[in-house]
Amino acid sequence: MEGSTIIFYLLAALTLVSGILAVSTTQIFRAAIFLLFSLIGIAGLYFWMQFQFIAAVQIVVYVGGITVLIIFSIFLTQQAGEKMPKQKIGRQIFSALAAFCGFALVMVQVYQYTFSSAINEVVSPTVENIGTRMLSVGEEGFALPFEVVSMLLLAALVGCIVIAMRTPNITVAVNEEKEEIFNEEVIDAII
Amino acid sequence: MLQPGLYHILFISTALFFIGVYGFFTRRNLITVLMSVELVLNSVNLNFIAFNKYLWAGRLDGLFFTIFIVAIAAAEAAVAIAIIINLYRSHHSIDVEKAEELKF
Repeated sequence: MEGSTIIFYLLAALTLVSGILAVSTTQIFRAAIFLLFSLIGIAGLYFWMQFQFIAAVQIVVYVGGITVLIIFSIFLTQQAGEKMPKQKIGRQIFSALAAFCGFALVMVQVYQYTFSSAINEVVSPTVENIGTRMLSVGEEGFALPFEVVSMLLLAALVGCIVIAMRTPNITVAVNEEKEEIFNEEVIDAII
Repeated sequence: MLQPGLYHILFISTALFFIGVYGFFTRRNLITVLMSVELVLNSVNLNFIAFNKYLWAGRLDGLFFTIFIVAIAAAEAAVAIAIIINLYRSHHSIDVEKAEELKF
Protein backbone atom coordinates (compact mmCIF):
# COMPACT_ATOMS: atom_id res chain seq x y z
CA MET A 1 0.00 0.00 0.00
CA GLU A 2 1.33 3.39 -0.96
CA GLY A 3 1.81 6.29 1.37
CA SER A 4 -0.71 8.49 -0.43
CA THR A 5 -3.44 5.88 0.08
CA ILE A 6 -2.78 5.81 3.82
CA ILE A 7 -2.83 9.60 3.93
CA PHE A 8 -6.12 9.64 2.03
CA TYR A 9 -7.80 7.27 4.47
CA LEU A 10 -6.45 9.19 7.46
CA LEU A 11 -7.79 12.48 6.07
CA ALA A 12 -11.15 10.89 5.28
CA ALA A 13 -11.42 9.49 8.81
CA LEU A 14 -10.48 12.86 10.33
CA THR A 15 -13.09 14.68 8.23
CA LEU A 16 -15.95 12.28 8.84
CA VAL A 17 -15.34 11.55 12.53
CA SER A 18 -14.97 15.19 13.49
CA GLY A 19 -18.00 16.04 11.31
CA ILE A 20 -20.11 13.51 13.20
CA LEU A 21 -18.83 14.80 16.55
CA ALA A 22 -19.56 18.39 15.47
CA VAL A 23 -23.24 17.65 14.95
CA SER A 24 -23.69 15.33 17.94
CA THR A 25 -21.83 16.85 20.90
CA THR A 26 -23.89 18.76 23.46
CA GLN A 27 -21.32 21.45 24.24
CA ILE A 28 -21.46 24.15 21.62
CA PHE A 29 -17.83 25.23 21.96
CA ARG A 30 -16.65 21.67 21.36
CA ALA A 31 -18.92 21.53 18.33
CA ALA A 32 -17.11 24.57 16.90
CA ILE A 33 -13.70 23.00 17.52
CA PHE A 34 -14.75 19.72 15.87
CA LEU A 35 -16.08 21.72 12.92
CA LEU A 36 -12.64 23.32 12.67
CA PHE A 37 -10.94 19.91 12.50
CA SER A 38 -13.42 18.74 9.88
CA LEU A 39 -12.64 21.78 7.72
CA ILE A 40 -8.90 21.15 8.14
CA GLY A 41 -9.48 17.57 6.95
CA ILE A 42 -11.23 18.87 3.83
CA ALA A 43 -8.32 21.24 3.19
CA GLY A 44 -6.02 18.22 3.49
CA LEU A 45 -8.10 16.40 0.89
CA TYR A 46 -7.67 19.36 -1.47
CA PHE A 47 -3.92 19.15 -0.89
CA TRP A 48 -4.12 15.41 -1.57
CA MET A 49 -5.80 16.11 -4.92
CA GLN A 50 -3.03 18.64 -5.64
CA PHE A 51 -5.30 21.68 -5.73
CA GLN A 52 -2.98 23.76 -3.58
CA PHE A 53 -4.62 27.13 -4.18
CA ILE A 54 -8.10 26.07 -3.16
CA ALA A 55 -6.65 24.28 -0.12
CA ALA A 56 -4.98 27.51 0.96
CA VAL A 57 -8.25 29.39 0.37
CA GLN A 58 -10.07 26.80 2.46
CA ILE A 59 -7.65 27.23 5.36
CA VAL A 60 -7.64 31.03 5.19
CA VAL A 61 -11.37 31.59 4.73
CA TYR A 62 -12.99 28.69 6.56
CA VAL A 63 -10.52 27.73 9.27
CA GLY A 64 -9.18 31.22 9.86
CA GLY A 65 -12.29 33.25 9.15
CA ILE A 66 -15.66 31.57 9.50
CA THR A 67 -14.77 29.31 12.45
CA VAL A 68 -13.29 32.22 14.38
CA LEU A 69 -16.45 34.22 13.60
CA ILE A 70 -18.59 31.35 14.90
CA ILE A 71 -16.47 31.07 18.07
CA PHE A 72 -16.82 34.80 18.72
CA SER A 73 -20.57 34.64 18.26
CA ILE A 74 -20.65 31.72 20.73
CA PHE A 75 -18.82 33.92 23.22
CA LEU A 76 -21.33 36.70 22.64
CA THR A 77 -24.49 34.64 22.94
CA GLN A 78 -23.86 31.69 25.29
CA GLN A 79 -23.30 31.39 28.99
CA ALA A 80 -19.98 29.72 29.82
CA GLY A 81 -20.10 25.98 30.45
CA GLU A 82 -23.79 25.72 29.70
CA LYS A 83 -24.80 22.55 27.89
CA MET A 84 -27.37 22.50 25.17
CA PRO A 85 -30.53 20.60 26.07
CA LYS A 86 -30.70 17.10 24.65
CA GLN A 87 -33.17 16.49 21.90
CA LYS A 88 -35.93 13.97 22.20
CA ILE A 89 -34.66 10.49 21.38
CA GLY A 90 -37.45 9.93 18.84
CA ARG A 91 -36.46 13.02 16.89
CA GLN A 92 -32.81 11.93 16.91
CA ILE A 93 -33.65 8.45 15.67
CA PHE A 94 -35.90 9.69 12.90
CA SER A 95 -33.36 12.31 11.80
CA ALA A 96 -30.60 9.70 11.68
CA LEU A 97 -32.88 7.37 9.77
CA ALA A 98 -33.80 10.07 7.23
CA ALA A 99 -30.15 11.06 6.77
CA PHE A 100 -29.08 7.43 6.38
CA CYS A 101 -31.82 6.69 3.84
CA GLY A 102 -30.80 9.73 1.79
CA PHE A 103 -27.16 8.66 2.00
CA ALA A 104 -27.95 5.11 0.89
CA LEU A 105 -30.10 6.36 -2.00
CA VAL A 106 -27.39 8.71 -3.28
CA MET A 107 -24.62 6.12 -2.91
CA VAL A 108 -26.63 3.48 -4.80
CA GLN A 109 -27.15 5.96 -7.62
CA VAL A 110 -23.47 6.93 -7.65
CA TYR A 111 -22.18 3.37 -7.75
CA GLN A 112 -24.58 2.35 -10.51
CA TYR A 113 -23.43 5.21 -12.73
CA THR A 114 -20.20 4.90 -14.68
CA PHE A 115 -18.55 8.24 -15.12
CA SER A 116 -16.92 8.83 -18.48
CA SER A 117 -13.96 11.13 -18.33
CA ALA A 118 -13.07 13.33 -21.27
CA ILE A 119 -9.38 13.85 -20.69
CA ASN A 120 -7.90 16.04 -23.35
CA GLU A 121 -4.98 18.11 -22.17
CA VAL A 122 -4.64 18.59 -18.43
CA VAL A 123 -4.68 22.18 -17.25
CA SER A 124 -2.84 22.24 -13.94
CA PRO A 125 -4.52 24.40 -11.29
CA THR A 126 -1.62 26.73 -10.69
CA VAL A 127 -2.12 30.25 -9.42
CA GLU A 128 -1.03 31.59 -12.81
CA ASN A 129 -3.72 29.66 -14.71
CA ILE A 130 -6.38 30.56 -12.14
CA GLY A 131 -5.52 34.27 -12.27
CA THR A 132 -5.51 34.34 -16.06
CA ARG A 133 -8.91 32.63 -16.28
CA MET A 134 -10.37 34.70 -13.46
CA LEU A 135 -9.77 38.05 -15.11
CA SER A 136 -10.18 37.17 -18.78
CA VAL A 137 -13.32 38.19 -20.62
CA GLY A 138 -12.93 35.55 -23.34
CA GLU A 139 -14.41 32.11 -23.85
CA GLU A 140 -13.23 30.48 -20.60
CA GLY A 141 -13.00 33.64 -18.54
CA PHE A 142 -14.76 34.39 -15.28
CA ALA A 143 -14.52 38.20 -15.19
CA LEU A 144 -18.28 38.82 -14.86
CA PRO A 145 -18.87 36.43 -11.91
CA PHE A 146 -15.79 37.89 -10.26
CA GLU A 147 -17.28 41.39 -10.41
CA VAL A 148 -20.70 40.15 -9.28
CA VAL A 149 -19.14 38.41 -6.27
CA SER A 150 -17.24 41.56 -5.36
CA MET A 151 -20.53 43.49 -5.37
CA LEU A 152 -22.12 40.73 -3.26
CA LEU A 153 -19.32 40.95 -0.70
CA LEU A 154 -19.74 44.73 -0.49
CA ALA A 155 -23.51 44.31 -0.01
CA ALA A 156 -22.93 41.67 2.70
CA LEU A 157 -20.46 43.99 4.47
CA VAL A 158 -22.91 46.90 4.53
CA GLY A 159 -25.81 44.59 5.42
CA CYS A 160 -23.97 43.07 8.40
CA ILE A 161 -23.20 46.50 9.82
CA VAL A 162 -26.78 47.68 9.35
CA ILE A 163 -28.32 44.53 10.87
CA ALA A 164 -25.99 44.24 13.87
CA MET A 165 -25.97 47.98 14.65
CA ARG A 166 -27.81 49.08 17.75
CA THR A 167 -30.67 51.38 16.86
CA PRO A 168 -29.52 54.84 17.97
CA ASN A 169 -32.92 55.79 19.45
CA ILE A 170 -32.67 53.28 22.28
CA THR A 171 -29.22 54.36 23.42
CA VAL A 172 -30.17 58.03 23.22
CA ALA A 173 -33.31 57.36 25.27
CA VAL A 174 -31.30 55.49 27.89
CA ASN A 175 -28.80 58.32 28.08
CA GLU A 176 -31.58 60.89 28.47
CA GLU A 177 -33.12 58.83 31.27
CA LYS A 178 -29.79 58.65 33.04
CA GLU A 179 -29.33 62.37 32.63
CA GLU A 180 -32.79 63.03 34.01
CA ILE A 181 -32.14 60.79 37.01
CA PHE A 182 -28.79 62.45 37.52
CA ASN A 183 -30.37 65.92 37.33
CA GLU A 184 -33.05 64.95 39.84
CA GLU A 185 -30.43 63.61 42.20
CA VAL A 186 -28.43 66.81 41.85
CA ILE A 187 -31.55 68.88 42.48
CA ASP A 188 -32.42 66.75 45.52
CA ALA A 189 -28.95 67.18 46.88
CA ILE A 190 -29.10 70.91 46.39
CA ILE A 191 -32.47 71.16 48.07
CA MET B 1 -7.77 -1.16 0.77
CA LEU B 2 -8.32 0.13 -2.71
CA GLN B 3 -6.50 2.87 -4.49
CA PRO B 4 -8.62 5.94 -3.77
CA GLY B 5 -10.36 7.54 -6.71
CA LEU B 6 -13.44 9.50 -7.65
CA TYR B 7 -15.88 7.12 -5.96
CA HIS B 8 -14.08 7.41 -2.63
CA ILE B 9 -14.26 11.18 -2.71
CA LEU B 10 -17.93 11.02 -3.67
CA PHE B 11 -18.50 8.71 -0.69
CA ILE B 12 -16.84 11.22 1.66
CA SER B 13 -18.73 14.20 0.30
CA THR B 14 -22.10 12.39 0.39
CA ALA B 15 -21.48 11.26 3.96
CA LEU B 16 -20.51 14.79 4.97
CA PHE B 17 -23.61 16.21 3.26
CA PHE B 18 -25.93 13.92 5.19
CA ILE B 19 -24.05 14.51 8.46
CA GLY B 20 -24.85 18.19 7.89
CA VAL B 21 -28.48 17.34 7.12
CA TYR B 22 -28.71 15.31 10.35
CA GLY B 23 -27.35 18.26 12.32
CA PHE B 24 -29.82 20.53 10.60
CA PHE B 25 -32.70 18.27 11.68
CA THR B 26 -31.68 17.73 15.29
CA ARG B 27 -30.13 21.01 16.41
CA ARG B 28 -32.25 23.75 17.93
CA ASN B 29 -29.51 26.33 18.50
CA LEU B 30 -29.05 28.77 15.61
CA ILE B 31 -25.24 28.72 15.70
CA THR B 32 -25.10 24.93 15.46
CA VAL B 33 -27.61 25.05 12.59
CA LEU B 34 -25.18 27.43 10.88
CA MET B 35 -22.33 24.94 11.47
CA SER B 36 -24.38 22.19 9.81
CA VAL B 37 -24.95 24.44 6.80
CA GLU B 38 -21.19 25.00 6.57
CA LEU B 39 -20.64 21.22 6.50
CA VAL B 40 -23.14 20.88 3.64
CA LEU B 41 -21.47 23.67 1.66
CA ASN B 42 -18.06 22.05 2.16
CA SER B 43 -19.27 18.71 0.88
CA VAL B 44 -20.52 20.41 -2.29
CA ASN B 45 -17.11 22.09 -2.72
CA LEU B 46 -15.37 18.73 -2.38
CA ASN B 47 -17.65 17.31 -5.08
CA PHE B 48 -16.84 20.12 -7.50
CA ILE B 49 -13.09 19.72 -7.01
CA ALA B 50 -13.25 15.93 -7.41
CA PHE B 51 -15.24 16.18 -10.66
CA ASN B 52 -12.81 18.78 -11.95
CA LYS B 53 -9.82 16.58 -11.19
CA TYR B 54 -11.07 13.18 -12.34
CA LEU B 55 -13.54 13.92 -15.13
CA TRP B 56 -12.84 17.32 -16.63
CA ALA B 57 -9.17 18.05 -16.15
CA GLY B 58 -8.97 20.09 -19.36
CA ARG B 59 -10.75 23.07 -17.83
CA LEU B 60 -10.86 24.71 -14.41
CA ASP B 61 -14.61 25.29 -14.14
CA GLY B 62 -15.10 23.22 -10.98
CA LEU B 63 -12.30 25.11 -9.26
CA PHE B 64 -13.95 28.44 -10.09
CA PHE B 65 -17.31 27.21 -8.84
CA THR B 66 -15.60 26.30 -5.57
CA ILE B 67 -13.91 29.68 -5.26
CA PHE B 68 -17.21 31.51 -5.77
CA ILE B 69 -19.04 29.19 -3.36
CA VAL B 70 -16.41 29.93 -0.70
CA ALA B 71 -16.87 33.68 -1.21
CA ILE B 72 -20.66 33.41 -1.02
CA ALA B 73 -20.46 31.15 2.05
CA ALA B 74 -18.29 33.70 3.82
CA ALA B 75 -20.83 36.44 3.09
CA GLU B 76 -23.69 34.17 4.19
CA ALA B 77 -21.99 33.29 7.47
CA ALA B 78 -21.31 36.95 8.26
CA VAL B 79 -24.92 38.00 7.59
CA ALA B 80 -26.27 35.00 9.52
CA ILE B 81 -24.15 35.82 12.56
CA ALA B 82 -25.27 39.46 12.42
CA ILE B 83 -28.89 38.27 12.43
CA ILE B 84 -28.18 35.84 15.30
CA ILE B 85 -26.60 38.57 17.44
CA ASN B 86 -29.51 40.89 16.73
CA LEU B 87 -31.96 38.13 17.67
CA TYR B 88 -30.05 37.50 20.90
CA ARG B 89 -30.36 41.18 21.77
CA SER B 90 -34.13 41.21 21.39
CA HIS B 91 -35.00 37.72 22.70
CA HIS B 92 -32.03 36.86 25.00
CA SER B 93 -31.96 33.42 23.40
CA ILE B 94 -30.93 31.94 20.06
CA ASP B 95 -33.13 28.89 20.25
CA VAL B 96 -35.14 28.53 17.05
CA GLU B 97 -38.26 27.66 19.00
CA LYS B 98 -38.15 30.87 21.05
CA ALA B 99 -38.21 33.04 17.92
CA GLU B 100 -41.69 32.40 16.70
CA GLU B 101 -43.18 35.79 15.88
CA LEU B 102 -42.86 35.13 12.14
CA LYS B 103 -44.37 31.67 12.41
CA PHE B 104 -47.67 32.20 10.65
